[in-house]
Amino acid sequence: MAAPIAIHLEFGGGAELLFNGVKEHHVTLPSQSEPWDVKQLLVWIQRNLLKERPELFVQGDSVRPGILVLINDADWELMGELDYQLQDQDNIVFISTLHGG
Amino acid sequence: MCQMQRGECSCGHQSRRYILQGLSQNAHKKLRFLPGIVYIDEGGAVGQSVEERQRTVAELQAVFKATGFPFHMVPLEEVLDLPSSVVVMAPSPSEPPASAYKAAVDHFIQSDSSGCLTPQYQEQTLLPEVQESRTQVLQQLIGSAKTLTARQDLLNTLRQHLLVHTARTKGYSKLMLGDNCTRLAVKLLTSLSLGRGAQLAQDTGFSDSRYGDIILVRPMRDYSAKEIAYYNYMFNVTSVFIPSLDTKTTDKASIQRLTESFVTKLQADFPSTVSTIYRTSEKLQTACRSSCTADHPDRCLLCMCALDTAVENASAFQATLTSEQLSQSKSLGATRTEIPRQIRAPVEQCCSSGGGEDCGRAETGGDCCSSAKEPETIDLKSLLCYSCQLTIKDMASVEHLPQYILSEAQKRQRRYQMREEISEFLLDDGDEGD
Repeated sequence: MAAPIAIHLEFGGGAELLFNGVKEHHVTLPSQSEPWDVKQLLVWIQRNLLKERPELFVQGDSVRPGILVLINDADWELMGELDYQLQDQDNIVFISTLHGG
Repeated sequence: MCQMQRGECSCGHQSRRYILQGLSQNAHKKLRFLPGIVYIDEGGAVGQSVEERQRTVAELQAVFKATGFPFHMVPLEEVLDLPSSVVVMAPSPSEPPASAYKAAVDHFIQSDSSGCLTPQYQEQTLLPEVQESRTQVLQQLIGSAKTLTARQDLLNTLRQHLLVHTARTKGYSKLMLGDNCTRLAVKLLTSLSLGRGAQLAQDTGFSDSRYGDIILVRPMRDYSAKEIAYYNYMFNVTSVFIPSLDTKTTDKASIQRLTESFVTKLQADFPSTVSTIYRTSEKLQTACRSSCTADHPDRCLLCMCALDTAVENASAFQATLTSEQLSQSKSLGATRTEIPRQIRAPVEQCCSSGGGEDCGRAETGGDCCSSAKEPETIDLKSLLCYSCQLTIKDMASVEHLPQYILSEAQKRQRRYQMREEISEFLLDDGDEGD
């Protein structure tokens, strides 16, 4: 059984518009039998934090192309993208580089 | 003068860091200049409330003040008051002799080039109060275009006119735009879709000299959006988010939006997409045609690029026109589409607009326009390039266009008519003796 983990989320570049304009979120993910990974985190965000227009943030399993993801200040491509397993006190940043939010 | 790019507003800030590096005397660079920052507040066109606009402006002011450069906040509503000289190409300044360069650099270094703001200057750069009525006029103007594509195109044109005018009045010779590599790749494909193929080199190249005296440069065109976003994050560059016309719209809302979505999605799977498009755009050049003069009739009224509509009969443009005529003659009520492209000029406008310029008709013995009972109608189409024609066609009524555009259109139309009337008596360049 994995313990609940505390994660710090940040949204920038316009992505915060989809979250009521709030840029920083401190969240605690509930405990579950398997470790949390980024794919599950996205589902969790969509269910609990995303206020509107999910298609502007999530596309299929992953984030919409054009939204950059940083895990602990490193590009998520270096950390395994969706398969990266979250750890306590991780810092995940989503920056939108798109014109249309 | 650096323009703050709407959307991700830190792009201008990014270039500011490079400017500071370049300006420091330790850098052995040849380029030394005094930068200023300009921000065009488009909140009125996008539909933001007055409080939201003021909040954004206050945030930006704090950011600008921290840079130490002089800055100018201009509401887009001021585009309604521009003089018609904005859409006229000004002669480029003559090149000073090479020996003057060393003297100029010495003088520059001696004067205080760190750009400290005096309190008096700060007073002048605060955002002026915008009247509600002017915002409504602006919204009417933008709203008169039916599709989002045309609205964005129109907004870009107006913004560019206002930027050039601000640069001219404040005494700047160059305008730095914040377009990054990704945006330019999207812009290239969008321009092709909008029919701006002939103007691609100027729209996406590093320097753009269509206005003559003000050169538009794009120093950030080598950096992709991802690089800039990471840089801003790593170096804690402050950014302010400003919504634009297509924020939170669906993928197919406009051509610009669709192209952006296409390119970014393709880039996710094929990381060389943006750089390939960018490299292709670097190879584009404008061919100087043999009739390359600075005459007014050769330039588009709105985008100031050379007109691409005066081509020979076997061209793609003629094919487009022919099929348009054929499809119109078959449909009933075709005359309704003709009306929006002609405008009725107010009668009192006529002779006073040119500031002392005679109405052409008076000289030929006809009635002066101001005494005519019927107001003039102007066919805007002949004065525009192909893609600007499409934008205007999309507008329900061209009467909402700002006065400077309409008066310049009238002037060119009159000049053209005058030239037609006296064309027999003009000597062509090709005529020898006779």
